[in-house]
Amino acid sequence: MAFAAFATTTAPEPAARRRSPIALLLLLPGILYLVLFFLAPLVSLLLTSFQKPTEFGDIGQFDYAFRWENYVDVVQAYWPHIVRSFGYALIATVLALLFSYPLAYFIGVKARKWPLLQSLMLVLVIAPFFISFLLRTLAWKQILSDESFIMTSLKALSLMPTDAHFTGTPIAVIFGITYNFIPFMTLPLYTTLERLDLRYLEAGSDLYAHPFEVFRKITIPLSMPGIVAGTLLTFIPAAGDYINASRDFLGGPDTQMMGNVIEANFLVLQNFPAAAALSIILMSVILIVVGIYVKRAGTEELL
Amino acid sequence: MATGAFASAGADLELVGIQKRFPGFTAIEHLDLKIPAGSFFALLGPSGCGKTTTLRLVAGLEEPTAGRILIGGTDVTHQKTFQRPVNTVFQSYALFPHMTVLENVAFGLRRRRIDDPVAKAHEALRLVELDHLASRKPQQLSGGQQQRVALARAIVNRPALLLLDEPLGALDLKLRRQMQLELKTIQEEVGLTFLHVTHDQEEAMTMADTVAVMNKGRIEQMGAPEELYELPRTAFVANFLGQSNLFTGPVVGSTSEAISVDVAGQRVVVPAARAHRHAGEVTVGVRPEKLSLHVEAPADDVNRNIVGPGRVVDVSFSGVSTQYLVEVPGLGTLVVFAQNMAFGPVAGEGDEVWMSWNIEHGFGLDDDPSDEPRFEADTSTRSIATQKRDSLLSELGGA
Repeated sequence: MAFAAFATTTAPEPAARRRSPIALLLLLPGILYLVLFFLAPLVSLLLTSFQKPTEFGDIGQFDYAFRWENYVDVVQAYWPHIVRSFGYALIATVLALLFSYPLAYFIGVKARKWPLLQSLMLVLVIAPFFISFLLRTLAWKQILSDESFIMTSLKALSLMPTDAHFTGTPIAVIFGITYNFIPFMTLPLYTTLERLDLRYLEAGSDLYAHPFEVFRKITIPLSMPGIVAGTLLTFIPAAGDYINASRDFLGGPDTQMMGNVIEANFLVLQNFPAAAALSIILMSVILIVVGIYVKRAGTEELL
Repeated sequence: MATGAFASAGADLELVGIQKRFPGFTAIEHLDLKIPAGSFFALLGPSGCGKTTTLRLVAGLEEPTAGRILIGGTDVTHQKTFQRPVNTVFQSYALFPHMTVLENVAFGLRRRRIDDPVAKAHEALRLVELDHLASRKPQQLSGGQQQRVALARAIVNRPALLLLDEPLGALDLKLRRQMQLELKTIQEEVGLTFLHVTHDQEEAMTMADTVAVMNKGRIEQMGAPEELYELPRTAFVANFLGQSNLFTGPVVGSTSEAISVDVAGQRVVVPAARAHRHAGEVTVGVRPEKLSLHVEAPADDVNRNIVGPGRVVDVSFSGVSTQYLVEVPGLGTLVVFAQNMAFGPVAGEGDEVWMSWNIEHGFGLDDDPSDEPRFEADTSTRSIATQKRDSLLSELGGA
């Protein structure tokens, strides 16, 4: 579905003049793949979300039914997690955007004169991908834990109360999500800013716009495709993230997000219908939010 | 730039001792220039001569290495682009793709908080006859329409000085001619100072009141188009602004009225007032359309220079006139433009001809022509090919 969102930002390909059997043949593996690994699980998930517990059955035993009350139950039980998920994802997306835009602008525009610096900085943005994000998040847990050098120093300097924690707080979770998704924000921003025609900026300042107005009226609208792509690539996975918020990483009992609840219901509580219903809710909300966002951003006019 | 008010009229532009160096090369050596208010000034030169850099310096998009820029008597050298009372029509137009035509035109007005920007933008669009397309996006317009929007976007601000960076370069010939006339009309209508940068000598001459020919970061000559054309000062100007026949030789006779130059045994007389150097090795020239072609040796005339005999190596017919290339031993190839008073050319390839011109039409240059060839070498190969084809055709016709 993320792909459907991006489809609006690119110009539609001109339609083939005639139907060619070869084109269909080439599409076949892709279609088969989607049916097998996307459509079938989706249908299965939808069916699971309406299941009801087997009468006198064991834990984890369910029968196919149309128990729509599952949805009401999970919303009643987990609405704080739902709100938290989208809240954290939204804050992290905004933070990542604020962090990445100047970075991408520097790499894509200011560093154009020095291609070596440009590629070096790009490598530095991508470099974290070489290490598993699980390890990187664990490393942050080490760095920010109560016994870590940073925390003990801060406490020793009385910059933090002695009983303060960082890990396990919402700030730590949002920090972790922001950190993990910065490359996903920076790269699409970089690709649009790298193509930004500086003559438009010159024309703007020639027409009496001071630098801030040039940025607001010309640079931002022209880099909208990158902003939309970057925020989607950050917001969508962040809303479903369950690593950063997990108790084993940067989260605590009060920072659980939808991903954690889905994980717990599937793997621990074995309440498959609840987990499936939550997944469907997560997916639908993202679909609606993203749909409205892409429509409002109106990026299709730019390309 | 004060907000909320238009510049009352065009202002004069003065460049004092401008120098611009980029890492590795010097774009402008030393430039002193004064453009009077309300005039249409053209900066003409080949690509890479520093004319666009000059324009960008005036617009504030580049900073001069040395020198001062004054607009209407105010030193703007250290003002930022957006503070200068200057607008530019860019070569690429640089119309904002995310705004409608109307918003593009109103952009400058809005930035300066001028009352009723929309009405003023419509007015400017009416001036360029594009008001009916106000709600379109720039990329939905043709090249000529975009050019006019770019012009409207600049003149709507009533800048003291309007800079035009080869704005007609991307247009086809017919549209270019039409736009040249329109630009000229608009300039006279609004009374702004126009600084037009171009490499098209015809464009510069038809539009501008004053033309400055620029070469290698310097202004070679400046003046009214007629003056520049009739009395070029340097070989570069003589050849860049139209074509010229140039001859170099020692001065063999000199009176208060005229100097005579010996060019490979032929005597060429030039009025002293029209020659920059009166002794030693000098280069003199004459424009191709001033030459008359004779098929037999003309009688001596004190008022005319006569050179020849030479051999016609190429004849190209262009409707109004015919261009002859005549090879004269010792002089090189001369170009003659002859009006087509009779049907067809008066001389064919290989004919022996003489050329003459009124001595008043000659001019003497300040420098010597460079070694660069005046004409492309392919002229001769083309004429050889044409001759070959002609002889083949006659053979076939005879058979």
